[in-house]
Amino acid sequence: MKQEQEKPKKFGMVIDLDKCTGCGACMVACMAENNVPFKENETNKLDSITWMRVYKLTNNKPFPMTEVCYLPRPCQHCEGLHTGHSPCVSVCPATATDYDMETGIVSQIYTRCFGCRYCMGACPYHARYFNWWDPVWPEGMEKMLSPNVSPRMRGVVEKCSFCFHRYQAAKDKAFYKETRAIAEDDYQTACTQACPAGAITFGDLDNKDHAVYKKKQDPNAFRLLERLGTNTKVYYLSRKEWVRKAGDNYLPGEGLQKPRRIHE
Amino acid sequence: MDSALIPEGVKRCPLPQFTKGLAVVGAVLLWGVFAMLLCWLKGLNQTNMNDYYGFALWIWADLAVIALGGGAFFTGLLKYILGKDELKNIINFAVLIGFICYSSALLILAIDIGQPLRGWFIFWHANVHSMLTEVAFCLSCYFAVLTIEYLPLVLENRQLDKVPFFHNLTHNMHEIMPVFAATGAFLSCFHQGSLGGVAGVLYGRPFAYREGLLVWPWTFFLFTWSAAAYGPCFTIFLTKLMEKITTKKLVKDNVIELLAKISGWMIFTYIIAKIIDTGWWAFRTAPEMGFQWTDFYNNAFYGIWILIAEIVVGGIFPALILITPKGRSSSTGLWIAVILAIIGVSLNRWVMVLQVMAVPVLSFDQWVLYFPSWQEIATTILPVAYGVILTALSYRYLPIFPQEKELNPA
Repeated sequence: MKQEQEKPKKFGMVIDLDKCTGCGACMVACMAENNVPFKENETNKLDSITWMRVYKLTNNKPFPMTEVCYLPRPCQHCEGLHTGHSPCVSVCPATATDYDMETGIVSQIYTRCFGCRYCMGACPYHARYFNWWDPVWPEGMEKMLSPNVSPRMRGVVEKCSFCFHRYQAAKDKAFYKETRAIAEDDYQTACTQACPAGAITFGDLDNKDHAVYKKKQDPNAFRLLERLGTNTKVYYLSRKEWVRKAGDNYLPGEGLQKPRRIHE
Repeated sequence: MDSALIPEGVKRCPLPQFTKGLAVVGAVLLWGVFAMLLCWLKGLNQTNMNDYYGFALWIWADLAVIALGGGAFFTGLLKYILGKDELKNIINFAVLIGFICYSSALLILAIDIGQPLRGWFIFWHANVHSMLTEVAFCLSCYFAVLTIEYLPLVLENRQLDKVPFFHNLTHNMHEIMPVFAATGAFLSCFHQGSLGGVAGVLYGRPFAYREGLLVWPWTFFLFTWSAAAYGPCFTIFLTKLMEKITTKKLVKDNVIELLAKISGWMIFTYIIAKIIDTGWWAFRTAPEMGFQWTDFYNNAFYGIWILIAEIVVGGIFPALILITPKGRSSSTGLWIAVILAIIGVSLNRWVMVLQVMAVPVLSFDQWVLYFPSWQEIATTILPVAYGVILTALSYRYLPIFPQEKELNPA
């Protein structure tokens, strides 16, 4: 087998908000795929675990000018302004969250996390969740858990991993087939595959052959809170200016700023 | 009954009366211990913290007691390194307060983490880039220094002092105390600073984020400065409170006034730095991130009042009272100044923890407020009860106040 050093990847997403209907299939698929625990009573959303959360945005205009947009928010897998300086990775005192230089994915090492929750305080996207309880599965459901993802115990933080276990499986497959490269279709996240509207596209942001490479260059592409310098790997698309403007904070009178394209 | 243990030449209340008092505080302590056990055994679902409030009442309490306990390192620095010899009459008490504050902070941290049995990971898997790692290392080391500083005081108990080994050990420890005072000051500068850095480095949280010098945000320096400035006010406050409770004069006025004067000037200079920092952040840092400074104060609870209360009421007012000879020598003036100072620094720590969590960052997110559960309140009161008990025992059996005998002749 030819042993070549592979070019590091930068996996990311482009989510077309004009296609998203807010159906929540991405949330459900994510929970099932990643053994995300839930409570018997999910009324209090402030301690519910939703690796993928769909926000409802409005343009705050009265009827009939009211417009609504649904915004799915996974972990943004921030790179920061110098590689790996994500808001959360840089602060974790026990190196329990890590920036993978090979994939650009921000990981969470559940068995090393001791639950200080500093990373949660650091994340402006609220993409990190604490296990306030031990997971309790309804009777019989434990048999339905994915064997590829370890369930988390009480007292540790968890978050979206871009279905990293699927990347590992894709690598295994590539190794078995004796090809080093992973095809675009070989590694796709559960939410991407579950979206009935095809609003989510996933791939290597640096690979010209991947769909995300072109989509992120769309003039209507933007990322959340770009002004903070988090340098995320999740891009959003919308033709509506108010939606693009909702992605960041602006001073009165400031126009929509051209997004910084650090990944190009 | 316990007269053989009480320092010579001083009067203490009868043992039954003392025991009754201890029992009352002990009941509060047990309430806190019960809540603590609930948190350890059932987990942090016993609290009202949530995914927006990962840091809440406990982290505020931690930051506040560490700032208030700053009187220990700063008084030690003034006495042993800068030669302010009069402060030898209050240094024992300052060390005791520091010991209580730091042991409380460590206990609260042990309750606050989701997996307490993994607490040692912070040392074993240390991420040297994290401010919290620096806090953990310096806090633990400084607590060891405080224990070393408190130990000779314990060994000066009348009965323990009769043991030649303890007597000689105490003497020798006193001889080398400047070394520990210097070490304590060095460690304190770093952990007080890194506690400030914990919030200041959060570039995803515009309310907390500060620019700075090299890897240290300005909050790093402001926290160290404020702990040195406000810590002695807490020492003075508790000394005066002890005098009220015991109805005795325990420390001479010149000692208190010297510490009050130094504290006043420290607060005065600190508050100037704080105003400059706030201005820079409000008119440069925050706008670059897309925020007007008023965006952070447009909540029903977190209004502009909190900024005024912290800087003007809890900063400028006590500083002006304490730097004025008339202000600090007046009993009322001194009381008002130290109480306002304690409120001021506690409010600063509150803002840098709780308000950071409350402010929405995403444009489509909302303010989230929080109120602690009884378990959180009980475990926060627990260290107070522990502090009262340790202070009471130390006052009864150890020569905490060297001037007490002279000021209260039999």
